[in-house]
This record gives sequence, C-alpha cells and structure tokens, in this order.
Amino acid sequence: MRQALLVLPVAAGIFTFLGFVPGEDGLRPLLTYALLLLPLAAGLTAFLVRGDAPRRKLLLWTAWLHFTLAAITIWDYNYRGPYADGGSTIAPVWFAFDALGLVFLGITSLLFLGAANYAAGYLASEKRDPGEDSDEGFIFNNAPEAVFTGCLLLFLSAMTAVAASRHMGLLWACVEATTLLSAPLIYFHRHKRSLEATWKYLLICSVGIALALMGNLFLGAAGLKTGAGLDLQALLLRAGALDAPLLKAAFLFLFVGYGTKMGLAPFHTWLPDAHSEAPAVVSALLSGALLNCAFLGVLRVSSVCAAAGLADFTGGIMVLFGLFSVITAALFMLGQRDYKRLLAYSSIEHMGIIALGAGLGGGAVYGALLGAVSHSLTKAGLFFTSGLVLAAEKTKRISDVKGLWRRAPRTAALWLAGFFLITGTPPSGIFLAKFIILKEALALKHYWLAAAFLVFLAILFAGMARVFIGMVFGEREAKPGEKPYAEEASMLVPAAVFFGCVVLAGLFIPEWFNSLLALAAQNIGGRP
Amino acid sequence: MHTFAEFIIVFIILINLALSVTGSLSACIKLVALQGVVAGVLPLMAGHGGPQGRAVAFAAVIILLKGAVFPWLMMRARDSSGASKDVEPLISYPASIMLCLGAFIASSWMGTRLPLPEAGVAWIVPASLATIFTGFLLITTRRKAITQVLGYLVIENGIYIFGLALFVEQPMMVELAILLDVFVAVFVMGIAIFHISREFDHIDTAELSELSDWRRGEYGK
Repeated sequence: MRQALLVLPVAAGIFTFLGFVPGEDGLRPLLTYALLLLPLAAGLTAFLVRGDAPRRKLLLWTAWLHFTLAAITIWDYNYRGPYADGGSTIAPVWFAFDALGLVFLGITSLLFLGAANYAAGYLASEKRDPGEDSDEGFIFNNAPEAVFTGCLLLFLSAMTAVAASRHMGLLWACVEATTLLSAPLIYFHRHKRSLEATWKYLLICSVGIALALMGNLFLGAAGLKTGAGLDLQALLLRAGALDAPLLKAAFLFLFVGYGTKMGLAPFHTWLPDAHSEAPAVVSALLSGALLNCAFLGVLRVSSVCAAAGLADFTGGIMVLFGLFSVITAALFMLGQRDYKRLLAYSSIEHMGIIALGAGLGGGAVYGALLGAVSHSLTKAGLFFTSGLVLAAEKTKRISDVKGLWRRAPRTAALWLAGFFLITGTPPSGIFLAKFIILKEALALKHYWLAAAFLVFLAILFAGMARVFIGMVFGEREAKPGEKPYAEEASMLVPAAVFFGCVVLAGLFIPEWFNSLLALAAQNIGGRP
Repeated sequence: MHTFAEFIIVFIILINLALSVTGSLSACIKLVALQGVVAGVLPLMAGHGGPQGRAVAFAAVIILLKGAVFPWLMMRARDSSGASKDVEPLISYPASIMLCLGAFIASSWMGTRLPLPEAGVAWIVPASLATIFTGFLLITTRRKAITQVLGYLVIENGIYIFGLALFVEQPMMVELAILLDVFVAVFVMGIAIFHISREFDHIDTAELSELSDWRRGEYGK
C-alpha cells in the first residue's frame, strides 16, 4: 500500500501541469501515450528482471501508476470535455479517448490494479507450494514467473490500446494482440488440460478475429467512394454516404469476429475451458477486462451503423444473440459440476445481457454500460475468491466443497456476497442495470423478450443459489489433521473493494460517473 | 500485366485444390508458403501503372515472412513432434477435393452476387473466398495441430487477396500491425505445438478433448 502514497505527488504534479499547457488538447496526447507505453515498457523490462521480489514490485508500481494516469485522464475529460480530434481527417489520430473508451479504460485499469495486488500474493504462495493438480493429483511446473508477469503487463498495454484506438484497423490489430499476449497466461500451470484450453483459445479466437478482419475490409469498401478509410471519426462523419449493403456485411463479420472473443453463444466454446484452467487472477482479467474489450469492437462498428441509419438492423442482431447467450448460459449452468466453469458461463450470460441492452438502444444502452462495469468488478472479485477457494479446498468440483464457512470464513463471506451481487440482488449495480434494460424492453413493447429475459434470469438465480449456498453452508466431516486455511489479506482485499464499488454503484452513482456513462451511451447512439 | 495477375489467380486456386489432397505434411507447408509468396507478388502486378516503392517494400516483407519465416517455423514444429509426418485427415481425400471444388463453385456464385466494387482482375473475388473456405476445410477436417495452423495461414492468405480485390488501402502502420500480429500468432502457435507434442507425445488435436461440460469428474479413471 506504500505505492499509493508515493503516487500521490506524481498525480499532483501532473494535475497542476495539465492546466498550464496551452493548445487545444494540451498534454492529453502525451497522457494517452503514457498510458499505452508505461505497461509496454514495464512488460518488456519484466522479462529481464532476475529476482522475484523486484519483479513483483514492478508489477505493483506499474498497476498503481497506470491507475493514477487513467484516473487523471477521466477526471480531465469530465473537467474539460471531449478531445479536439473531431473531424481531423488529414492526419488520422491513432489513439485518443472518447467517453466510451474511457469507461472501458477505467474498468481495465481498476481491474488490473486489483489483479496486480492479488497476483503478488498469489505468485508468492505458488512459489512456496508448487503445483499439485487439483483434479488428477499429478505434479506440474509453472511457467517462469518472468514470462507470466511480462505477459500480464503487455496484456494491459494491448487492452489500453483497444480502449484508445480511433482506427478500426488498429483496433483489430490490438484485439488480436490481446489474444496472443493472454495465451501464455492461460498456460501458466503447465499441464495437459491448461494446454488444451490454451490451444482452443488461440485457434478459435484467432480464426474468429480473422473474420473480423474480413469485416474491416467490407467496412473499408463501404466507404471507398467517400474516402473515409477506416478512421472512426471519418466513418462517423460520413456515415450517411456509406454503402448500406456493404456496411451490413461489415457489421455481420465484425459481430461474429468480436463476438467470438466476447463469448457470445454460439461462438463461446473456448470460454469455459480457458476460464476454468487459467489461474484465478488471469480468469478475472479475461472475464472482467478482455471480454469488454471485444465488446468495445462491436460497439464501435454498431455506432457507425447507427449513424448510417441501420440501428434497427444491428440492434436486432445484438438482441437475438444476446438473448441466445443468456439462454445457453442458463442451460449449461444448471448441471455444472465445476465452480470456475460456472463462473465462466455466468460471464457468457452477462455478455448476453449487455449485448441485449446495447441492441435495444435508447435508455437501455446506459443500462448495458452500467452492467458492463458492474459485471467486470463483481466477476473479477468472484474469480479472485474462487482462487482462494481452490487453494483452501484443492478441488474445483462443486460437490467436494462443503462447509467453506468453517474452514475459511472470510473467503466464504466474499463468495456469498459475490453470489448475491452477480445475480443482481439489490443493492447491486447489476440489479440496477438489469432493471433499466427491462424497463426499456417493456417501454418498447417487447413483452415476449422481457418475459423470456425474466424467466431465464430466475433459472440462473436458482441454479447459482443451489451451488453457492451448498458450498458455503453444507455439512462436511473434518478430515483428520485438517487445519483452518490461512487466508491472506492481500488476496482478500481486492475482491472486497470491488464488491464495495458494485454496491455503491447500485445505491448511489456519483455525478461524474453518471455523466461519463451518459456520454458514452450517446457515443453509441443511446439516449442518456 | 493483367494477364500475369490472372495467371497468378489460377495458380492460387490450383494450390487450394492441391492442399486438399496432399498427404505429406512438409508438402502442405511448402504449398502454403508458395501460396503466400504468390499472393504477395499479386499487388505488384495488379496495380495501375508501375509498382511504387512502398508497395515493393511491403511485398518484400510479406514474401520474406510467408515464404521463409513461417515455413521454417512450421518445419521445426513438424520435426519436434517426432510422430508420423502425414496429414491424417478425418475425411477421405476424394471427399476433401469434392468439398474444395464445391467451395470454389459456391464462391464463384457468391462473387457475382456480392455488391462489391468492380474488381480489376478477373476471378479475384471467387479465388479469395475459395481460399478462405479451403483454410476452414483444413482446420476442421485435419487431425493435427500443425495443419490447423496451416489452415489459419490459408485463411489469412485468402483475406489478404480479398483486401486486394476490394482496393481497401489501410495505412502502412495498420498493415504492419496486422502482419506483426500474424507473425506472433504463428510463433505462439508454434510454441504451443511444441508443448503439445512434448506433453501428449503427439500433436493430434482429436485427443484434446478432456475439457467439456458433461464428462467432468472422470479424471484419472
């Protein structure tokens, strides 16, 4: 926690400096590039650092600095308004933030901060107690910690680049980079099953993303006559002149491509495997940050379509696949025997809800964005906690975990709190998000949609309640010589803080956050 | 110049057909490399007027990557496996070539239906779509991890040709970023294949089937 204190003077310095720089954007481009290059440089350095202790320090420092810079960027946006890149088609702006990008930057950065704090404790515990496989009992090695930390930091850099991209081609390249940089993270525990998961992830996502590249080509062809290229600002400005059939084709390809990465059913098959086999901290980042980055890709192209008057077409597709994802997740969660896979399916469900909200348009877009933020924080907290459950019980099988309450009371409390928050029990931010989306569905007279939505949410609640309550409260005989699990505070705090934020989002949304979400919703054609 | 470009297009289609019936892994690797090189030459032929310096430099990078670096990586991955050097398809070769031909006919039909801008070179759109289909065929009907990577590369070749057909020019930085991604993808997949062959003693992806929702809890039995 010392890092927090040391970062404050840096923040104060940048704050004051920002006000004194003349020009339209002042230090903003510099700030944007600092956000991108800081984790990049730190990641490359991490490969070279020999000792474990300094490398973990590097990870923590970078996370704190990145978070501080991201907070300044968001504060600056609220204070001084949009960036002045609008309409400059002569020299394309590669990286700049709009409200939508900032929402996703904020999620990524906050999540990474939590993950870095958790990882420091996690890596230390992995060193003390190297791997015995939880399912089959064989001994395995871990990937070198330098590779893990380095990839983690580079992954942050790539996700930041996705949030900041102002060019559809560049956005594609950054999304693909996130896939490649996170693959080694999934294969941290070196054994057969994690390798299988990594292979599926690499291949399915790479091929999926290749389809998105086709989509980009269609998008470029749609704007060929207008000379828009793939620059986002130019596409938005000239949307009316784009070729509509080609634009539709572009949306379909991009939706399938990024939808694969986002985990929408039926393109979700890689997701449960990768999430269940990756270390908890990686699952948290995949679920909370990476899926959102892919969703940002979908939102970017749908905003272009909305500007071209195709909002009904894109909205219909997003609602359809969103609802299908919710249904698929509900069905697969009912018979689930592995609690990490259960959480993975819950991510598919929430991606479905978010896509559905964004597809409905109008006021539901705000709900979708609030849902994205709340889901990221809650799910990351749950995955962090799942890592503790795994460490305490040495199994991922739901039926083998009982009476967690006795063995690891604080973990159990977090596990239960996470369950209530993720299923959208008030006062969770997810409740508010679902409520807003449902309200809009009823206002638009989609009664069947609203009914199906509610029924499957109820099924999901029941399915998850059975699992979580059983794990926390079930009765179990103590094995001989069993000691209470020593819970480490550094691994509990991130989840607790995230859950606190989600409750706060449900009870009271601060004005700056509200206006940021409203502006972001406007970016993608929603109503504030 | 256009006749030469059209000759290249025919060549690419023939490579697709050859890929669908070739049984030797090393021959497949060479065919994919050849296709990449030929596709890399294409923009120099199809351009209006003489090729420009930028295009030549970019084509050189592509040819170097697809013609030398990728096949070298793939050959290393093949050698590391130590197992059989055959492709081992899940369907018979006649079925493969019928599917490939069918894909070509379907792409020819689609090429006339798509509302695309007029392409400069005849048959370029059908050829690109057929190449993409062939890539999917390789991914879905071949057992080995290495042929799946080859399939990914064939899809990439197809998309590259499709981009040429649509005249979509991306800025140099984006083109390079995409190329870097493809390079890293092949590199990472190569490493993964190395690990798969060490861990499983083979690179047969049909065996990569332990993770599923319904067979959980049967480990070690």
